[in-house]
Amino acid sequence: MTLALDARQLAAIRRHGEADYPHEACGLIGGHAGEDRKIAVQLVPLSNARLDSRRNRYLIAPEAFRRAEALLARDDLEVLGVYHSHPDHPAVPSVFDREHAWPWLSYVIVGVARGQAQDARSWTLADDRGAFNEEALIIEDRKVVWQSQS
Amino acid sequence: MAVTVLIPTPLRPFTDGRARVQLEAATVGQLLERLAAEHTALRGHLFAADGRLRSFVNVYVNDRDIRTLGREETPVGPEDTVSIVPSIAGGRGSTIVAEQLPELSHEEILRYSRHLILPDVGVEGQRKLKAARVLLVGAGGLGSPAALYLAAAGVGTLGIVDFDVVDRTNLQRQVLHGTSQLGRPKLESARERLHDINPHVRVETFETRLTSEHALEILREFDVVADGTDNFPTRYLVNDACVLLGKPNVYGSIFRFEGQASVFDAKRGPCYRCLYPEPPPPGLVPSCAEGGVLGVLPGIIGSIQALETIKLILGTGDTLIGRLLLFDALQLRFRELRLEKDPACPVCGAHPTVTSLIDYEAFCGIGAEPTYDGAEITARDLREEWVRNPELVVLDVREPHEAEIARIAGTRLMPLSELPQRLHELDGHAELVTHCHHGLRSLKALEILKAAGFPKVRSLKGGIDAWSVAVDPGVARY
Repeated sequence: MTLALDARQLAAIRRHGEADYPHEACGLIGGHAGEDRKIAVQLVPLSNARLDSRRNRYLIAPEAFRRAEALLARDDLEVLGVYHSHPDHPAVPSVFDREHAWPWLSYVIVGVARGQAQDARSWTLADDRGAFNEEALIIEDRKVVWQSQS
Repeated sequence: MAVTVLIPTPLRPFTDGRARVQLEAATVGQLLERLAAEHTALRGHLFAADGRLRSFVNVYVNDRDIRTLGREETPVGPEDTVSIVPSIAGGRGSTIVAEQLPELSHEEILRYSRHLILPDVGVEGQRKLKAARVLLVGAGGLGSPAALYLAAAGVGTLGIVDFDVVDRTNLQRQVLHGTSQLGRPKLESARERLHDINPHVRVETFETRLTSEHALEILREFDVVADGTDNFPTRYLVNDACVLLGKPNVYGSIFRFEGQASVFDAKRGPCYRCLYPEPPPPGLVPSCAEGGVLGVLPGIIGSIQALETIKLILGTGDTLIGRLLLFDALQLRFRELRLEKDPACPVCGAHPTVTSLIDYEAFCGIGAEPTYDGAEITARDLREEWVRNPELVVLDVREPHEAEIARIAGTRLMPLSELPQRLHELDGHAELVTHCHHGLRSLKALEILKAAGFPKVRSLKGGIDAWSVAVDPGVARY
């Protein structure tokens, strides 16, 4: 699988990670999934539902997931993946990430070192849950044609 | 008749891309089992190795989380829609990742060798203990043994909240402190003693009464909280703060010859409010200072708190989550009650009404007690009046065994428990002053006498203790 993000979506993920530093930021990625490619259309930034350990943990509660899912469904989009930040830590999944991961979803991680967003990488869980495999992350410069409503 | 199951996108690759699946089942448990049987690759994603649902797999029947219904036993019918809803958790490495746990020095390996050779602890468990941060609320009867054992066991950081000084009446049970520490802050005494036991332990002290203003800030930085408080407002405060922060609360309490212990972890079981939704009216449950406590008892209950704390850190054994342990020292009997999470619990239930810390003194009715303006008399005033009016009847409402410890000469003993039956022994016109140990029970006696129609009753403020301090040092304090 390949995940395609718009350059502005990547910028938004990086900004979210910087804004919530030193806590972990998180959100969902909505879009369309094809045979071998997921195309991100809309991000749903969420607040980290953890009240403790927000420096090294994030949580998207089931209620928040359902609401985001319903919001995306109105535009015929589905949840493709999750993004989160690793404050002062590389963009590599931890054992904790893997133990709590869902299959198929893309896990985009952005490292934030001393408040500055670093590289973003995307990962998916192996079907046997034994490992996280890196997937190709394509950053596109999508042209948007603004149309005035007349 | 078949039940509809909604499959979230991440699991659709295992259901041939289908978003809805129809299955025959009478309960949620059966339904999930059939789902995993038909789509075998789903099993590992839904269930952990021990067969339980994974913590991040949430199941809703229509719009309700099955945790608020009957969990896996929740019945389902053809009109129900069951949804599998992800919660998504993660985060960069933490203490559970073995590579990041602190190393043990040679000295520590020797010190903890009896732990290291236990298969359930081992080097990794000992390193978990070293990485752990435990907060003790109170360095008194329960906090003493808990702190001693946790420090000896090698818990890396012990936080202690206390604002008291070591008093002679503490020494009968608060084994963290010694006679040489009398009058010193308990925190200083605790720090020295714990460092002597184990210099590797970092002791973080909070010299304050825990309040709603800073409780979250203090508790947030710890992994486990051990509650050794002696009053209801703080106990509810610790409970609510732990629920809000998602921290396990290792609870213990003691009275006379009986003790209780449990582990409240709202993420996995009930909280203190599920057990006791409301505090008792103020004054109903006597404190240890009023009711007494056998010195060994906090040693047993506090040690159980240390044990449960260590098990939580190690992630081993069966903890007291969902169980209330009752200990009767006189019968030497342990009993156990099963505790259920209350779905209507105001803090940890499905629709919590308490979502931030409140005023716990007001919640426990403190400050709302009747005032006794003019109904109390100080020890000095009592002596002067008594000299002027020898007819004054001073009624000692303590129990006979207390009167054996110390008495005020010339008083008449009539224990509070017998008072309502013995009112006829009193002269209705006499001027009465009631007294007890510290001045609480004598106010209850005053209320009984007033209600019975005695016109002139007052209560000795501060009890026999105040008399000993202000009037007659010949009366022993206890």
